[in-house]
Amino acid sequence: MKKKGWKELPEGCFIPGVPTSQDLKTGSWRTSKPVWDPNKCTSCFLCWVYCPDNAIILKDVGGDPKVSGINYDYCKGCGICADVCPPKVKAIHMEREEL
Amino acid sequence: MTEKERTKMALTGNEAFAYAMKQINPDVVAAYPITPATEIVQIFAKYVSDGEVDTEFVAVESEHSAMSACIGASASGARVITGTSSQGLALMHEMLYIASALRLPIVLAEVNRALSAPINIHCDHSDTMGSRDAGWIQIYCENANEGYHTLIQAVRIAETVNLPVMATLDGFIISHEMEVVESLDTQEVREFIGKRKPLYSVLDVEKPIMVGPLDLTDYYFEHKRQQIEAMKKSKAVIKEVIEEYNTKFGFDFPVFIETYRMEDAEYAILAMSSAAGTMKEAVDIRRSIGEKVGLVRLKVFRPFPFELLTEVFKNVKAIGVMDRSDSVNSMGGPVFNEVRSSLYELETRPRIMNFVFGLGGRDFPMEDALHIIDRVKELKDGKKLDFVEYVGVRE
Repeated sequence: MKKKGWKELPEGCFIPGVPTSQDLKTGSWRTSKPVWDPNKCTSCFLCWVYCPDNAIILKDVGGDPKVSGINYDYCKGCGICADVCPPKVKAIHMEREEL
Repeated sequence: MTEKERTKMALTGNEAFAYAMKQINPDVVAAYPITPATEIVQIFAKYVSDGEVDTEFVAVESEHSAMSACIGASASGARVITGTSSQGLALMHEMLYIASALRLPIVLAEVNRALSAPINIHCDHSDTMGSRDAGWIQIYCENANEGYHTLIQAVRIAETVNLPVMATLDGFIISHEMEVVESLDTQEVREFIGKRKPLYSVLDVEKPIMVGPLDLTDYYFEHKRQQIEAMKKSKAVIKEVIEEYNTKFGFDFPVFIETYRMEDAEYAILAMSSAAGTMKEAVDIRRSIGEKVGLVRLKVFRPFPFELLTEVFKNVKAIGVMDRSDSVNSMGGPVFNEVRSSLYELETRPRIMNFVFGLGGRDFPMEDALHIIDRVKELKDGKKLDFVEYVGVRE
């Protein structure tokens, strides 16, 4: 993308239009990634509550929400989801990202 | 020129600023209303309590917070004014840059007082000179009357060019002394300033935006370049606003500089703020014994009117530049260095020297003013002098 010159930018250091964060795929920042196991997950939603981005994907199963995976476009690999996943469940573990 | 009998009021500089704020009736005033600030905001708070203005008054815990609240309010499209002095302006320092870069037309009623240490509450220009590169328009007023009118003009200037403006008055010498102020009617003030048309508003849910995000190497330079251009363009706006004000209300305020007895001057003094009043008298005294000396009062320091200074000084042989602060750089004060630089393009450059005076409110009596004129005369006559002299300090 060709970057705009100073005469083309809106004045005042602001970006018109939203949502600007959707355009920025922060998943590329990741050094390790959470791996989710659908067979162990009980859909307690702790990972969804604690995720500081919005990277836990929910889907509707027969009128009830269920955890269905991780959005790697935006997940920065902070590991909070793996940490809060209850010890008896352990449905999420971290793996080193292949660079 | 409209011929109209103006209401004459006896006001201190602080009261003049506060009265202008009352007539402007800003949407928001966020301020830290005690020392180091003078009583401007305290007086204004009384207008708020008495229901004489519609302003949302936000009393905050520090000047850093004051400027932060002003930035938030201004980014939502509000008309915002604040006031401070000295350490208060210093504490605002980082937020001053954010206000100007986000292009928020905040107006600041500033009273020039010295910076610590040692502790001092009296006049010098070290506070606003410390903010000279913060991207604010700076207008140094000679007296309370000019301060009152400048604050009203500042609203229009700021909101036209989308840059913040600080108008200053000399601490105590002007801020706490009573003078005659020729005021406008409130209706005239309101019509002159009109309504603010903001570049953007963070509260406009129809047009959502993101303000001040991370810019880094990609766009920071482009945004700064825009800001530099806005400051350049502000010269035309300042001229237009002050001239319109003069025409509409029958005044004769100078725009960037005021010249006094410069017509056939062989040598000249450049002074700012209240010291220019003393210097006019000193020029008259020396003129009465045949000395061809004149005075230039520099009123607008940001943007710096270098073109006008080059022009006004092109035929003089020597100039004395007065600074009420020192850059502590071993080569004099900020005004001196910028005036001197403005003369570089002249084919025959006048001789020039700097007089640093009045630090921490040290009195500037007539004998010192005359001494400065006499030193510049010696400079004109070819005497070799140090290029910075400190006037009024005990050796």
